[in-house]
This record gives sequence, structure tokens and C-alpha cells, in this order.
Amino acid sequence: MNTMNTAIAGVPPHMAQGDHGDEHPDSSNITTFGFWIYLMTDCLLFASVFATYAVLFMNTAGGPSGPDIFELPYVAVETATLLVSSITYGFAMIAAHQQKRSQVLGWLMVTFALGAIFIAMEVNEFHHLISEGYGPSRSAFLSSFFALVGMRGLHVTAGLVWMVVLLLEVTKKGLPKRTVTRLSCLSLFWHFLDVVWVCVFSVVYLLGVL
Amino acid sequence: MLLRSWKLLALLGACLLLASCGGILDPKGQVASHEKTLILVATGLMLIVVLPVIFMTIYFAWRYRASRSNEVYDPKWSRSHAIEAVIWLIPLVIILVLGTITWRSTHVLDPYKPLDDEQPPLVIEVVSLNWKWLFIYPEQGIATVNELVFPAHQHLQFKLTSESTMNSFFIPQLGSQIYCMAGMETKLHLVADEPGEFQGFSANYSGAGFSGMKFIAMATSPEAFADWVDEVKSAPNSLGQRQYQQLAEPSEAHAIEYFAQVEKGLFQQVMHKYMKNYNSWKSKSGDHAQGQHSSPHAAHQSGSASASAKES
Amino acid sequence: MSILGKLSWDAIPYHEPIVMGTLLMVAVVGIAIAVAVTRYRKWGVLWRDWFTSVDHKRLGVMYIVLALVMLVRGFSDAIMMRTQLALATGGAEGYLPPEHYDQIFSAHGVIMIIFMAMPFMIGLMNIVLPLQIGARDVAFPFLNNLSFWLTAGGAVLINLSLAVGEFARTGWMAYPPLSELTFSPGVGVDYYIWALQISGIGTLLTGVNFLVTVIKMRTPGMKLMQMPIFTWTCTWANILIVASFPILTGVLGLLTLDRYLDFHFFTNDGGGNAMMYINLFWAWGHPEVYILILPAFGIFSEVISTFTAKRLFGYTSMVWASGAIAVLGFMVWLHHFFTMGSGANVNAFFGVMTMVIAVPTGVKLFNWLFTMYRGRLQITVPVLWTLGFMVTFTIGGMTGVLLAVPGADFVLHNSLFLIAHFHNTIIGGAVFGYLAGFSFWFSKSMGFHLNERLGKASFWCWQVGFYVAFMPLYVLGFLGMTRRLNHTDNPDWNLWLYIACAGAFIIMIGIVLQFVQLYVAFRDREKNRDTTGDPWNGHTLEWSTASPPQFYNFARLPDVHDIDAFTEAKEQGLAYQQVAEYQPIHMPKNTTAGVLIAGSLTVFGFAAVWHIVWLAVVGLIAAFGFFIHRAYDDDVDYYVQPDQVAEIESQHLAAVKEAAL
Repeated sequence: MNTMNTAIAGVPPHMAQGDHGDEHPDSSNITTFGFWIYLMTDCLLFASVFATYAVLFMNTAGGPSGPDIFELPYVAVETATLLVSSITYGFAMIAAHQQKRSQVLGWLMVTFALGAIFIAMEVNEFHHLISEGYGPSRSAFLSSFFALVGMRGLHVTAGLVWMVVLLLEVTKKGLPKRTVTRLSCLSLFWHFLDVVWVCVFSVVYLLGVL
Repeated sequence: MLLRSWKLLALLGACLLLASCGGILDPKGQVASHEKTLILVATGLMLIVVLPVIFMTIYFAWRYRASRSNEVYDPKWSRSHAIEAVIWLIPLVIILVLGTITWRSTHVLDPYKPLDDEQPPLVIEVVSLNWKWLFIYPEQGIATVNELVFPAHQHLQFKLTSESTMNSFFIPQLGSQIYCMAGMETKLHLVADEPGEFQGFSANYSGAGFSGMKFIAMATSPEAFADWVDEVKSAPNSLGQRQYQQLAEPSEAHAIEYFAQVEKGLFQQVMHKYMKNYNSWKSKSGDHAQGQHSSPHAAHQSGSASASAKES
Repeated sequence: MSILGKLSWDAIPYHEPIVMGTLLMVAVVGIAIAVAVTRYRKWGVLWRDWFTSVDHKRLGVMYIVLALVMLVRGFSDAIMMRTQLALATGGAEGYLPPEHYDQIFSAHGVIMIIFMAMPFMIGLMNIVLPLQIGARDVAFPFLNNLSFWLTAGGAVLINLSLAVGEFARTGWMAYPPLSELTFSPGVGVDYYIWALQISGIGTLLTGVNFLVTVIKMRTPGMKLMQMPIFTWTCTWANILIVASFPILTGVLGLLTLDRYLDFHFFTNDGGGNAMMYINLFWAWGHPEVYILILPAFGIFSEVISTFTAKRLFGYTSMVWASGAIAVLGFMVWLHHFFTMGSGANVNAFFGVMTMVIAVPTGVKLFNWLFTMYRGRLQITVPVLWTLGFMVTFTIGGMTGVLLAVPGADFVLHNSLFLIAHFHNTIIGGAVFGYLAGFSFWFSKSMGFHLNERLGKASFWCWQVGFYVAFMPLYVLGFLGMTRRLNHTDNPDWNLWLYIACAGAFIIMIGIVLQFVQLYVAFRDREKNRDTTGDPWNGHTLEWSTASPPQFYNFARLPDVHDIDAFTEAKEQGLAYQQVAEYQPIHMPKNTTAGVLIAGSLTVFGFAAVWHIVWLAVVGLIAAFGFFIHRAYDDDVDYYVQPDQVAEIESQHLAAVKEAAL
């Protein structure tokens, strides 16, 4: 019954399962799962900052409140850019699974461009606010607004940097398994940031203006 | 190990004997007495589990030690539904009883709840400063630093805030403490059951001068209190914004000070200093919803101090 | 601002003889160690086999070394505080002025929790957990190395604060507004922020890593409900890490924004709200204490069932009780500030929730008791720690439930009663647990035994010292003494302060004896080899390996059908069987990336503390560069060939056979 340490036990070292000739055994499953758990922790980080925003958003200290500074049409364009970028990333992943390198590169570049437009719009919005004297130092409301939206913006920026790195990787190495795994991790990250944006958009902008 | 349990009991006994040393086991007020009883009852209840566990630990370790090879040995025995039911149930029942006591006592001892009294309470406003205590008697129009005098048996209502860092206002022999926080008002109700002099201090570390942030709390007869008020009123100094600014400068182990007069609404000014337009959320139509500090959105906040920001 | 930011020669505390003396001592010891390493030509070994190692067993050892070093630092703080309070009575000033004393108690708390207890716990988990689940390594070996160096980087920063600048004078929770720039303009709080932030990210990565390990890397056949109990309690702790450390990261980040960029989250002005910090801090802080205690519970379970030579009583109860503690641990944070003016309903709710935790904890105690019942208990050093824990922790638990009654907390909050309570649970629970685990698994990880007599002597010093040091604090709490006082003038307190100080010295002897024990064990290592790898007739898979375990852990992944997998194998005569043909084993290669990335981030942290912008940028870019370099390094793994495995395995089996004869 118990086959521990016996020669008959036909359990190969599982890391190496089915990959004996390959130099790097497949661990994409583990990597992706690990990345999922990391995303959960990131989610909690956002939750903490969301909670802080929820507590502080009324505290305008005589400064402007949401309706004074939010421009819904502008934000709607930002949102659209972002949502489209999620779709284009999806196309990149489909292409990656089909091992179509040039398509992957193309869709990734489109995604990158959309992400960059979003960041540029956000930076512009921040710049505009700060130059009007509505920087994060003005009030607790603005502090929490800048922190929440800015933290997500930093995440997107990190995603963009990561995308550049992967673009180079795909150009140089094509689409071996490890690269596809990395592409799917970034895909998870990218979609996750979209979900966070939907929350930001609803809680901060929509509820703020209503 | 047996020896140490005895030592512990001896220590517990000793601290009960030391109940006359001015700590929380030597209560001089209704609130403190209630809290002392609560501590003793809760401890007693828990000892119902704690003592058997300690005893069984020592007894089992002794009885089933390896050198007693004549004892029953049952290496595969690892479950018994009966025992497991009991060991879940006993703590559960005790916690149920204790939980009930907790729920009720917490409501009775709520520091915001006025103590039952036909008489209106004596209101005292407390401002914690770095590192001293300012007591304002709005009805008497006087203020003191580091000395708190009030008639015994007179129910007291403290309204507390802080000029700077967070402190905790605490007179152990009278009972409950409460935090003083800038831009917020907390409330505390206490009463002294007999005249006497008690130690008061800050129970929340607030920086370099914290150790010296003590005050004297004196419960007197009503006549003596009246005399004391007169004495303060004859002091040379009065407390307006300017003097307050001076007082607010950090100082350590500050001497007792009397102020014969206090600028009206000084306490509110101190509190509102950080709350000017503290929270206002304009709706699209542009009208100002001058909200309370604890908004429904601020779940955490309303869970903690509910500072009333009403304009007075 | 100058090129060095706020940093100048004034940052070095020349005028503090105590600090300078300490620094001198540290320098002497450091130089002595460096000379010794050079003399015995061990730098290469240290670098190649340890610092760059991705082997969980070696990382575990390094974590514990870090924990022991930080124990010395944290305990020095403790004994300074106790002597200060014993001297500064009746109006005397003592020898530590407030500006120094206030740093000491802040550092003591941070060091003991973040840099002593956490590394100790994570070290034991590193050594044992993969072995217990029959895995060859953790899911992400390189991340594991990086986690260690991030923790070490945080520790470096906090110790650097002693020599360059100052540490926070805010208490270990760094409550605003005191920790804001207005009231703490120095760099102390910045050291606090960056030391915690950097090590916190390390801990977070550890949590993710081990959670994936447990879920994805168990040996074939091992169901979740067949995992050894220590692995289970660690898993709950990792779930707590993953769920709570992001909150710490967040709240520290917000405080950073307040201090560096003039945001207004927790300031008095600008509409800030300090209560938000306190809520978030404890939403991390309370789960944190369960992160510390749960693995200790697991250790006690392993120790008791091993040394009674019996199955653990109520395994399922244990697993779910731990889970209940973990989940409830998230719903009680408000009990840290009942006195902040919450409504009676809120206070009562959190009070009752807190008490409910006593139920699963009580169940665990009874389970240990009934594990002893009808067993054959050998009173070894780990068992002594366990018995000491069961008595001590019960008292600590009782005082904890008492503090959970808001009415009682209104007078006990922030008093020395509270200090006594949490030392009672953290020393009597977590530290006793780690020391039990230390002596239990020492021979497994090092290959030779500790000295039993010195171990017992150390235990008795700790145990007696603990009661002498902390029971007086309960009394002082009742007498109305509050925490963090620098000097006192109440004659009723003096006696108890003297006794507590004496107790601290007894604990000191216990700590010294631990180190003597280590020295003696190392000196006599050839005499006390653990040749079989199974000195205590252990139940779980770690005992099926050699001591120290083969670097690949298992030549063949064991097939598991029972909680006590190794006991079952031994009973069926299936343990220690020669395998005819081994497969190649895939192993990760050592890497310098962890040291380099964490080192760069530590440099960044230091630069951030002192506002040296260019250096901060350099640190960040370097960390990123090393990370990318690592990501595109293809030379990260190799296969151990079957003949090498066969050789190592035969040696082990021969040693086992020889011992059995």
C-alpha cells in the first residue's frame, strides 16, 4: 500500500513532470497561481486606500469638493481608453496562445498606446488641479483623491514598463512557454487594474458628482 | 511549576491586599466601583477554566511521564467526540455568560452616558496641551491648569479635546479614561463618592513631557468647592486667546495655575480650530451641506469618537 | 538642501555616552567576526553557500540567526528600560533622559515584533514546512531569498538609526498626530516607516510564497487535512500575512505621504483624521499577533505528540480552531482603542468578538492536555517549553479576556497591566513556542544536538524570570501605573519596579544560557551528531530525511496517506528503503539577485530617511535593474544526476542502519 521511498512508486519529481528534455521545467501553473495571490494582496492595499477615501472625502477643509473639480466627460474618455485597452490586451493573449508573434506585438503596442494615453490624461488632470492650487496638500479630501487615483496610476505605469519589457522579450525570444506565462501574468494585472478603475470611477467620480 | 502557580496566587492576593494604595482596586467613585466589581467577577468566571487547565497540565505531565511505565499507554487514541464536545462547550458557556455581562456592563459604563441624576451635572471642559491639562469651568467662568477641583457626590460631565497630540484623561480611583483628540470632542461622566485627593494623569504617551503630565483631582464638600471657585476668581490672570497661545507652548511638569476669567467659548474655539470648514461637500446645485463630522460615509469614524460639530 | 539631504555629521550622537559605548561594542564584535571569517577563509563559503542560497533550510537558519541577533538588541532595550524605571523612582531622574528613553521603548517594540519574533517564526517555517509536506523547495525559491534580504535590510535600517540620527520617539505604533512632521520633525519616524515598509514587503512575499507552496507543492497523496499541524497553523498564519500586511503597507504609505509630500491624512489640520491611522494600523496589528502565535501553537502540537509518542488529540478540532482564531483575529481590531469614544454597541460588539477567540484557544489547550493523556511524556527541553507555555499562556489568555471587557479596559487600558498581558502571551506563547521549536528542530537543521542540561537551565531562567519580571507589572497596572513613563514618584510602586527589574536580569541569564548552549553544542558537535535524522521517533516527513536534510530534501517524493506519515511508514516497514533507480532532480541555482535587489532597496530606504534624492533614485533604479537582470537570467536551475542522488541516499541509509544495530 504505502510506496514511500520504494522503487516501484512511479511518481516522478513533479517539477520535472513531462519535461525531461527541457531545460526549464514547466512551472507556469504555480507562477500564475502565485500571481493571483499577489493580486489579492494588491486588492487589499487598494481596499485600505479606498476606506481612507471613504472616511476623508467629506473633509474638504474649505477647499473644493468633488463636483468642483471632477469633469465627468474627461474621465469618461479616460475610462473608455482603459476599457478598450483591456480588450486589445485580450486579443494579444489570444494571439500569444496561437503563437502568432507579430500579432502579439501589434496588439501589445496598441494596448501600450492606450495605456499611455490614459496616463497622459491623468497626469494632465493632476497637473491642472495642482496648478489651480488644488494639490494634495489642500485638504484631506484631495490628499485621499490624489493618493487613490495616483496609486492606481502608478500601478498602470508599472504595467506599461512591464509591457515594454515583454515587448522586447517577445521580439527577441518569440513566444516560449515562460514568455506566455509572463504575458498572462501581465494580462491578469492589466485586467485587475481595470476592475480597480471601475471602482474608482464609480466611487470617486460618479458618486462624487451625483 | 506547582510552586510558581502558588507564587502567582500569592501575588494576586498581594495585589488585592494592596487595594488601599490608590489604584483602580481602591475605587472612590460609582464608576470605578462598578469597574472593580466587573474585573473581579470576570476574573472569577475565567478561573473556572483557567485553574483546571493549569492543574491538569501539571497533573497530566506528572502522571503520564515516561518513567511511569505502569500507566495506561494508548498511542493511537486521538479522538473522542464526548471529550471534544465538552471542551468546546465549557469555554463556550463561560464566554456566553461573560459576553452577556460584557454587553450589559458596556452599556451601563458607556462614558458618554450621563450618570442617573435629577441634578444637572457640573460641566468641566478639558484640553490636553503639551504637556499639561487645562480645565475650564464654563458655568463658573474660571479655568485652572493641572488642578481639578469638584464637589464630591456631584456628577461631573467632562468634555474633552486636545490642542495637539493624543492623550488619555484618567483618574484611576474615579474610573474610566477617555482619549482627548484634536479637532474632536469626547465625553466622560464621573462622580466621586467621598471627598479626597486623587491622582490624575495622561494614560496615552504624547511625547517628551508625557511622564510629567499629571494633575491633582480633588473632591471636596460643596462649601469648600465654592470657596475654591472664589479663590480662583481672585487670581490675577485671565485666559483669552493670547494667554491660551502662550499656555499652549510646550512645557514640562507645569505648575498649577489659576485663571480668574475665561474667554467665552474658548473650548469650542480650540476644538474648531482644526475644523474650520472641516467638512463640506457641495452638491451640484451649489448649496452647502454643512455636515456633521461623523458622516454616514465615515463608517470607521462614527465607530470612534463622534464629535459634535454643532455651531454654538 | 545639500547633496546629502538632511544628513550631516551632527547625525552621529557623540554626546550620548551610552549610544557611543554600544556602537563601540558593536564595532568591536563586528570586527572580531570579520577577522575570524577572514582568518578561517569563510567569506566564500558564506557568500556562495549561505547569502546567495535559495535553499529554504539555509534561509531558515539565516532567519533564526537574524532573530537571535535582534533578540539581543531588543532585550538590551528591555533591560535598559527596566533598570531606568527601577532607578528613577521617588523623583530621581534615572540615567536615561526622555529623548533617549522614548526611542528605546519604541525600538524595543518594533524590534521584538518585526525583527525578532517574525524572523524566528518565518525561519522555523522555512526549515520545516517544505519538509513536512514532502516538497523539494518552496514555490518561488528566489523570492524566498529576496524576502529574507528584505527583512534583513529593514533590520539594518533600524539598527543604523542607533548610529546615524535617531529612532522614532512615538511608541511602536507611531500614532499620529505625534508621528506627524509637526510633532516629530526628526528622522526617527522615517527610519520607522522605511524599516517596517521594506521588511513588511519581504514578509508579504513570504506569505504569498508559502501559501502557494502549501497549495501547489504538497507531495502526491497528501490531502489538505493530512498536512501536519505545524504546516496547518503556518498556513493560517500565511493567510493572515497575505490579508493583513497590505494594510500595513497602505497605512505606512499614507503616513509617508503626510510626512514627505505634505498630504493630510492623519494631520490635525487640513481635515486629516488620526483615528483612520489607528483603525488601519490595528487592522494589521491584531492579525499580526495571531501570525506570531499560530505557528507557535503548531510547534507545541508537534512537540507534545512527538514526546508523548502518541497521535495528536483532535487534529480536526485543532485545524478549525486555528482557522477560527485566524478569521476572528480580523474582527477585533477595535479592542485596541475602546477608550476612543466609540458607542456602547460598537465597543460591546468588539469586546464580545474578542472573547469568542478564547473558545478555540481553550479548545487547543484541552487538545494538548488530552494528547498527554495516556501517553508516555518524556520531559525534554521542548516539552518543558510547552508545559511552561500551557501554564503561562493560560494566565495571559485570562488577562486578555479581561481586557476585552470594555468596562475593565476603561481602567486597565495603556496601564502596565496591558504590558504584562501582551508579554504574557507573546513571551509565554510565541517566544516559548519558537524556543521549543528551536530545540526540537535544531538537530534536524544542523545535524548535531543541543546540550540538554543547558537547555533546561535556560528554560528555568526564562520561566522564573518571566514571572518575576511580569507579575509585578500586573500589580502595577492595578495600582494605576501607566505605560511609557520615564520616571515615577509613587512610593507604592517602587517595590514592584525593583522586583520586575530583578526578573529581567533572570531572563537575561536565560538568554545568555541559550547562547552558551549554542556554543557548547557547536564545540561538541562531533560527539553529538544526529546520524539517523530521526532522534525523537518523529511522526512527520521531516524526520524521514537526514540531519541536516539532503539539499534536495527527498530523493523520491513520498507518497502520503496519513497525518503522521512517517510513523505510518515506519510501522509498515516502508521507511528507509533503498530505491533501485533515481530520477534526475530539478533544483534552483543560488543567486546573488536577492542580496543585490534588497541591498539596493535598503540604500533607497536610507536615502529616503535622509531625503538624499539622487541616492534614492539610484537605489530604486539599481533594484529594478537587478530584478530585470534576474528575470532574463536563463542560468537559474540544474538537474541533480541520479548517481549523485544514489550516493547521498546510500550514505544516509547506511548511517541509519548502523544506528539501528
